[in-house]
Amino acid sequence: MTSSDWQPSASLDALRLRARLYQQLRDFFQRRNVLEVETPLLGQAASTDVHLASLSVEAENKYLQTSPEFAMKRLLAAGSGAIYQICKSFRQGESGKRHNPEFTMLEWYRPGFDHFQLMAEVAELLFSLLGERPVRQVRYRSAFAQVLGIDPHCADTSQLAALAHQYTGYQADDDDRDTLLDLLMSQVVEPTLGRDELTFIYDYPASQCALAKVKTDAQGTAVAKRFELYVDGIELANGYHELTDAVEQQRRFDVDLAERKHRGMPDVPADQKLVAALQSGMPDCAGVAMGLDRLLMLMAGSDSIRDVIAFPVDRA
Amino acid sequence: MANYSTNEFRSGLKVLLDGDPCSILENEFVKPGKGQAFNRVKMRNLKTGRVWERTFKSGESLEGADVIDLDMEYLYTDGEFWHFMMTDGSFEQHPADAKSVADVTDWLKEQDVYTVTLFNGAVLAVAAANFVELVVADTDPGLKGDTAQGATKPATLATGATVRVPLFVNVGDVLRIDTRTGEYQGRAGK
Repeated sequence: MTSSDWQPSASLDALRLRARLYQQLRDFFQRRNVLEVETPLLGQAASTDVHLASLSVEAENKYLQTSPEFAMKRLLAAGSGAIYQICKSFRQGESGKRHNPEFTMLEWYRPGFDHFQLMAEVAELLFSLLGERPVRQVRYRSAFAQVLGIDPHCADTSQLAALAHQYTGYQADDDDRDTLLDLLMSQVVEPTLGRDELTFIYDYPASQCALAKVKTDAQGTAVAKRFELYVDGIELANGYHELTDAVEQQRRFDVDLAERKHRGMPDVPADQKLVAALQSGMPDCAGVAMGLDRLLMLMAGSDSIRDVIAFPVDRA
Repeated sequence: MANYSTNEFRSGLKVLLDGDPCSILENEFVKPGKGQAFNRVKMRNLKTGRVWERTFKSGESLEGADVIDLDMEYLYTDGEFWHFMMTDGSFEQHPADAKSVADVTDWLKEQDVYTVTLFNGAVLAVAAANFVELVVADTDPGLKGDTAQGATKPATLATGATVRVPLFVNVGDVLRIDTRTGEYQGRAGK
């Protein structure tokens, strides 16, 4: 420990900015009759996503939640109507300039909305915080075509591997398409997005659907009704036209768990209460999660998450 | 050597990449909200000096490189090798080839101490201190009192290196040289 480790890494101005942001968010949702809710940070179930590691709290035999998604969906199924939450989320091992293992998330759900209506509301919220700017909605396919000149849905895995190597020096030790697409997206495409505008990418590959509905696009490709928002090259929000089918939800959990086993990752309990809630009936809705620390980075013009978190993980 | 995972990559860690020893300079964690996490790593190839940027899947690992920096005294050259000796009293000698001393041949002075980098026990590179003191072997006669701003002339040092020096410098003067830029800093001891 050095002598200054007791001090916050964020300036007092950044802390005031955070307080003001929370007030603005609450005003925004109150005007729109979206109810603020609170759900547990400690839950019996973990995220099954192979790319998310839930922190386990062994004394309670529970897991810190990687997002409030499952619990909020149970509220939707219980008839809550439109809801939002500002809460901490936890992801093991995620630490860097834009990551802290404990971070603040804004998540909201809009019954009756599809993901396009929700994108419009996300844009309105950001206009009120960052000022008006152009909005561009780009299909995942088009974003890859513009930056890399390929169709990400059809390109050969070997072509993706060659591009990944060319741009990043990455040496593929397997032929996992999604790994290569994630690499090209995050390293090559993403830095070009959201320059002086809000860029929404949508129609993700069906293999990256997470908890979104899947549909067939005009080219006959199965795509996820999922969007991501990029501002100034930063990934800020991830939203879905939410999956409401309990059988499909169970199937996706099972696929995740099988993949975790295949990769030798820890087995985790899937959220059966979510499946039960979907069985009882969740309204058709769209939902989105937004990283508030990153939003504060944008508002403060900072390039490190340490500038907006009072005590990042190494000072916590 | 041990293997190091991407989350252990710290600045200064020495690892093997494509068989070459590299020193980690920067390690940035990059992860899409949904999807695979990566580490974008900048490292210096210690053989070539070139900086490499490589992206790894988070959790991938690289073998550590047996690289160590030691203080050694320069003894002599036999034309093929440059011989250095440990300063720890062991009198252990290490020959360095022309490639590994390429950056410092201009500044090598017998009995001076250099930082010698060993890779698997063999000399990989030799680095000079930031400043060295060397005798002028040849230069035009000094012009006493000529301190005209910016006027310089070439001087050949005992090592054979040529540096630009002020007009008043004479043969036999000991000069302080910045080895990073090869520039004259002043007369030693004055």
